[in-house]
Amino acid sequence: MSQAVAPVRHILIEGNKSYHNITEDLCTPTEKAPSREWVIAFALASAFLGLYLFAIVWTVWKGIGEWGANRTINWAWDITNFVWWIGIGHAGTLISAILLLFRQRWRTGVNRAAEAMTIFAVICAGQFPIFHMGRVWLAFFIFPFPNTRGPLWTNFNSPLLWDVFAISTYFSVSLLFWYTGLVPDLATVRDRATGYRRKIYETFSFGWTGSAKHWQRWEALSLVLAGISTPLVLSVHTIVSFDFATSVIPGWHTTIFPPYFVAGAIFSGFAMVQTLMVLTRKVLGLQEYITINHIESMNKVIVLTGTIVGVAYLTELFIAWYSGYIYEQFAFYNRVFGIYWWSYFGMMFCNVVSPQLFWSRSIRRSVWWTFFLSVLVNIGMWFERFVIIATTLARDYLPSSWSYYNPTWVEISIFTGTIGLFFTLYLIFTRVAPVIAIAEVKAILKVAGDQYIGPNAKKHADDAEKVEEPKH
Amino acid sequence: MVSDSKQVLYGLYNDEEDLKGAIRAANAAHLDIMDVYTPFPVHGLDPILGLKESRLHYLGFIYGTIGCLFAFLTMTWIFTSDWPIVFGGKPYWSIPAFIPITFELTVLFAAWGMTLTFYTICGLWPGVKAQSLDNRITDDKFCIAFDVTAASDNAVDGLKQFFGTTQAAEVNIKTM
Repeated sequence: MSQAVAPVRHILIEGNKSYHNITEDLCTPTEKAPSREWVIAFALASAFLGLYLFAIVWTVWKGIGEWGANRTINWAWDITNFVWWIGIGHAGTLISAILLLFRQRWRTGVNRAAEAMTIFAVICAGQFPIFHMGRVWLAFFIFPFPNTRGPLWTNFNSPLLWDVFAISTYFSVSLLFWYTGLVPDLATVRDRATGYRRKIYETFSFGWTGSAKHWQRWEALSLVLAGISTPLVLSVHTIVSFDFATSVIPGWHTTIFPPYFVAGAIFSGFAMVQTLMVLTRKVLGLQEYITINHIESMNKVIVLTGTIVGVAYLTELFIAWYSGYIYEQFAFYNRVFGIYWWSYFGMMFCNVVSPQLFWSRSIRRSVWWTFFLSVLVNIGMWFERFVIIATTLARDYLPSSWSYYNPTWVEISIFTGTIGLFFTLYLIFTRVAPVIAIAEVKAILKVAGDQYIGPNAKKHADDAEKVEEPKH
Repeated sequence: MVSDSKQVLYGLYNDEEDLKGAIRAANAAHLDIMDVYTPFPVHGLDPILGLKESRLHYLGFIYGTIGCLFAFLTMTWIFTSDWPIVFGGKPYWSIPAFIPITFELTVLFAAWGMTLTFYTICGLWPGVKAQSLDNRITDDKFCIAFDVTAASDNAVDGLKQFFGTTQAAEVNIKTM
């Protein structure tokens, strides 16, 4: 290898691409007729979306008594699913914001799809608390506004209200970030399109021309949005954890919750990004842009955050024992060996044990292992939320009110239905917008393209004296 | 008022290094570049084009401050004067409990304010027709444009010669 190229620089764009190749490869999926795989996936996803709508109408019509939640276990699948989806929604902004601040170039291959995934996951998450309210037509009461009821305001001291602010801010800021990044790429699609498609993309690309001043402002905006989204993304799951941590329920009332929830959110978010990326790169043929190096980088994040989560689980148990407080000790004994022991062990296996396989380089770089383990992590993180919520509530202070919880078909339909909603939105997204940030990939071509670095690099790239970037 | 139609002479380059070289040459020859268009943000362009750093982030700070004060003062007003309620024996003005919402609104105002300002000062909105010189500028061409509406034929020839010597791949003139 040459001295001019740092060995830590990985090849992130393969196939000796020119700028035009990048445009072609990334715009084509939005231009040609959908593939058979896409149509099948879309049909399946919309079927589940239909199921979702049916179950929601059922819930609203009959009331949430149709759910299995009861007086003791009053938060059950709904809040489990809510926290699960919100957690998944953390990877997008993490990839686009934190990795932008850290100047991680591999983010360009996956940021667009991850941000889209964030937005769709937050949409799915929002369904659960909204419909759990019961009288959903009064849902607007959660926002403080001058009203004819006094005006009676919301309780600003309640973590549930903090959540309303955190999640709506997160959703809208993620949307701005995603869309502002998308505008130049929509302009690229516009400039290739004709007829009515051109008209549509003209509207959605806001008249972008690529002027130098616009690019400068665009970069300034992206950087500041990244800077403020970084604490935002950390605050969102912190505040979600406050829903539990500020209560007085043994097993919930712990100070470790905020960092542990945030690590878990990043963990599950990356797992979902992996699941989607492995499928997307295959179906859309983007293996040269979402390379094994990208997958490996994300697997490293998974093994790190998975280990943090594992340490948090063990710390919880230790502190419960060390506190000498019998209610706390019982809560955790019950969590491990109680009625829902199977979900605790499912969680431990999927979240703590399984990602440790990623210490092996060959597993980290294997697409099949990545897919398999990412699905396991998704399952494990669902178990984690179920463990925290259902196990804790099932055995509260009064043994006379102890209870057990089983989901009804309505809850199962709503949950699987939100997965349908998520994939329907994602599949539509892959058809209408470039799933990889075209402009950002072009911007790193000369530092991460395989014709410039690595073993495939052309001869002149090895010339340490040459300062000028080689031309293609 | 600016007249509606403008004659623009532009050259397309195949590579950002060619573009930067050409801009340096234009600066040396004291040519007045109207604008430069690129398919992606080219680093190192701002100083040679003489573009000052964007002041967007100052505005971001101001918007954020507004959001921060708005959230904190509104909650303070509501809970101390408009409708004071005791929650769990805590003081009416329970500052720590106001921190999460204050933070969220700071971010919300800064993000929306900056983004809306960005689109406004760039003149980018739905329905705006792109003043695009060439479809390939958003693909793989790097463009330098000169406004030649009022220029003499001699000056135009001079610019064409400039494009020739700086290895522009194409030179065109367009009315827009």
